[in-house]
Amino acid sequence: MPESLTKFIFGRLTLESLPLHEPIVVGTFIVVALGGLAVLVAITYFKLWGYLWREWFTSVDHKKIGVMYMVLGLVMLLRGFSDAIMMRLQQAIAFNGSEGYLNAHHYDQIFTAHGVIMIFFVAMPFVTGLMNFVVPLQIGARDVSFPFLNNFSFWMTVGGAILVMASLFVGEFARTGWLAYPPLSGINYSPDVGVDYYIWALQVAGVGTTLSGINLICTIIKMRAPGMTMMRMPVFTWTSLCTNVLIVASFPVLTAVLTLLALDRYVGTNFFTNDFGGNPMMYVNLIWIWGHPEVYILILPLFGVFSEVTSTFSGKRLFGYTSMVYATVVITILSYLVWLHHFFTMGSGASVNSFFGITTMIISIPTGAKMFNWLFTMYRGRIRFELPMMWTLAFMLTFVVGGMTGVLLAVPPADFVLHNSLFLIAHFHNVIIGGVLFGLFAGIAYWWPKAFGFRLDPFWGKVSFWCWVLGFWFAFMPLYILGLMGVTRRMRVFDDPSLQIWFVIAAFGAVLIAAGIAAFLVQIFVSIRKRAELVDVTGDPWDGRTLEWSTSSPPPAYNFAFTPVIRDNDAWWDMKKAGYRRPLNGFKPIHMPKNTGTGVILAVFSVALGFGLIWYMWWLAALSFVCLIATAIGHTFNYHRDFDIPAAEVAQTEEARTTLLAAQA
Amino acid sequence: MASTATTADAGPVFYLEEEHAHAEGGSTMLGFWLYLMSDCLIFAMLFAAFGVLGGNYAAGPAPKDLFDLGLVAVNTTMLLLSSITYGFAMLTMDKGRVGATQAWLGVTMLFGLAFLSIELYEFAHMIHEGATPQRSAFLSSFFTLVGTHGLHVTFGIVWMVTLMVQVARHSLIEANRRRLMCLSMFWHFLDVVWIGVFTFVYLMGTLR
Repeated sequence: MPESLTKFIFGRLTLESLPLHEPIVVGTFIVVALGGLAVLVAITYFKLWGYLWREWFTSVDHKKIGVMYMVLGLVMLLRGFSDAIMMRLQQAIAFNGSEGYLNAHHYDQIFTAHGVIMIFFVAMPFVTGLMNFVVPLQIGARDVSFPFLNNFSFWMTVGGAILVMASLFVGEFARTGWLAYPPLSGINYSPDVGVDYYIWALQVAGVGTTLSGINLICTIIKMRAPGMTMMRMPVFTWTSLCTNVLIVASFPVLTAVLTLLALDRYVGTNFFTNDFGGNPMMYVNLIWIWGHPEVYILILPLFGVFSEVTSTFSGKRLFGYTSMVYATVVITILSYLVWLHHFFTMGSGASVNSFFGITTMIISIPTGAKMFNWLFTMYRGRIRFELPMMWTLAFMLTFVVGGMTGVLLAVPPADFVLHNSLFLIAHFHNVIIGGVLFGLFAGIAYWWPKAFGFRLDPFWGKVSFWCWVLGFWFAFMPLYILGLMGVTRRMRVFDDPSLQIWFVIAAFGAVLIAAGIAAFLVQIFVSIRKRAELVDVTGDPWDGRTLEWSTSSPPPAYNFAFTPVIRDNDAWWDMKKAGYRRPLNGFKPIHMPKNTGTGVILAVFSVALGFGLIWYMWWLAALSFVCLIATAIGHTFNYHRDFDIPAAEVAQTEEARTTLLAAQA
Repeated sequence: MASTATTADAGPVFYLEEEHAHAEGGSTMLGFWLYLMSDCLIFAMLFAAFGVLGGNYAAGPAPKDLFDLGLVAVNTTMLLLSSITYGFAMLTMDKGRVGATQAWLGVTMLFGLAFLSIELYEFAHMIHEGATPQRSAFLSSFFTLVGTHGLHVTFGIVWMVTLMVQVARHSLIEANRRRLMCLSMFWHFLDVVWIGVFTFVYLMGTLR
């Protein structure tokens, strides 16, 4: 084939782009390929493709989409954690002249991929999945406002994840750090595909995130059951609302700034270049205007989870509901006024730095109020130390340390010393693991029985809990110390042998966390095996307080046979106390949205578009863009997107539950 | 709202026995507003970028050398007129007059196309004079801000054609009215953004 033709078809993708010279990558590829092949063969062998396509991939049911988000988050957690443990190992051995086992080219990709994956493809899917599953149930709705959009959003997030995963085996990922600051991320200093993978993966996933934010805001504003005023919404729903407001008000900023970076790289514009009037610091400002709210996007829903868990397992109404709501809203607003604390060292001058330092410190006030509210909820409560409550306690103990080091970093003079040091790394892992991840595990343990009808095995849950909590403290406390000693982030080799012991301790912590992840997977596996023992037919295994516990586990497709009427904050608790009895007859047909495969198709074209742009395969990019638009327009010509679940079917489903409940009693 | 409990006595009401089905598309307007606000943020970022970089000519051409305010005034008129004619389309839609609605949409589209043509002419002219997006940060941000707006107008026109086909097929049914309302909001939104562009980029740029 003539060279010009190959170049036309494959752009800059050549055989050399495949990292065959990197034994570690080749090994990973073989493992992933064999694992993936095994999954595909298993699905084919058990003839599950049709089932998966009809019941899951094309589903517009918010519960199934929520579960799929959680699966995505879990898969990507394994990838993101592999990066983490590789870094820990490298830093533990690269002393006394040893180069470790990772070369700089590879190591830089690993720390970039670790950050990007953990934030965008682990934390975000987990949080979005939890909100998707829980919010409509908590507000007594049958689905979200825009069910098709929900499915589409999910597949766009998957599309972004696929692009990131592809970079591992086809080409390379960015070597710039997770926010890809220019001029390093500009075309002059990163001429290869890494940054392009970064840009298009985030753009594709960002579309999904923004749309799902809009969707959930509408759902919460418009679809609440009668009687549920704003101040009667469960706290998780409140924090979800605030998180989604933050998503809609910040992800477009990310979209815009990444578009500008892409223009610099593809068109040769001068937004963030060093010459022709470009301004690299503008990138840093713009991306943190997204980046700081993003931190609160991640943590706020988990504050909601802790509120639900604390009040349920203390058997008490949440202390200070109103202050909890106001604290959440105040955090939402303040999160827009602190972005500059990520780069005090830019040199904006004393007045600007003081302003952002003070606003940052102020955020600790509403957060502290929340902490006291949880403590007062537990005070004189009858606390049950089930798994979700254990995670919540671990969070309280861990997160306050992270919060305090955060306030420390908010003092500009201190930040000048600690900027980009391992102290910062320890701080944000302290709040993200201690807050977001512990919260997710609490939430998963708490709502798992709602999603599947059986509890998670407590023994393996506790193993996982102790490994995670101890692992976290072992892995990150040394980094605080190293940071105070002046060790900067993203280092590959070290000269000072006295530092090594701390890195060895940190690596030990990472091994403990690995055990925690393994125990979590074992827990899921064991629980599925023992589902008959762990079964819960009541739909209310924890003696819950909010509406999701009033329906069966797993809930029927329509969630509630009759729309509930809300009279109190703790709606289900109130119903139980006031003598609620399940309605047994008089069922009506229920109007529900139809499944559709359009979301999957659109996401496939988006991935193709991204891939074409990354590798300069212009024909592929153009073709998939045209297909994308055509499919989207074609979808609007379908006016029949709903159907009715017949009353007889509703009656049958409810009858089955009645029988189960009777058998239990 | 017909809400009664199963028990005949006047105990607490726990659920609705009869309910009004949620009006289809009841959240669409709110959702579309939220989308517009998110889009507005993208423009806000582009305006901010222009605000920061708009004076960085890198020894290249400045607004005074490039902008032809007369041409921009004509262009602005095209877009403003298209907003008015879209308003007429909505008024006739409310009266249920399919033909008139289609006609006004057609007129709106022509104004939109005129706007785009003039903009493309302006761009071509500038590029021909060497004022390319690569020349300076000022020009990068100028082309990106104005071009993003133009791209939105282009999508608006594609959308308008789609809706005209759908109205022709299914007439002014509820779903189509809702869609026309959304496009209406989108179209007026672009008009408002353009007023910002006209003031902030062209008028104030010429004053710089």
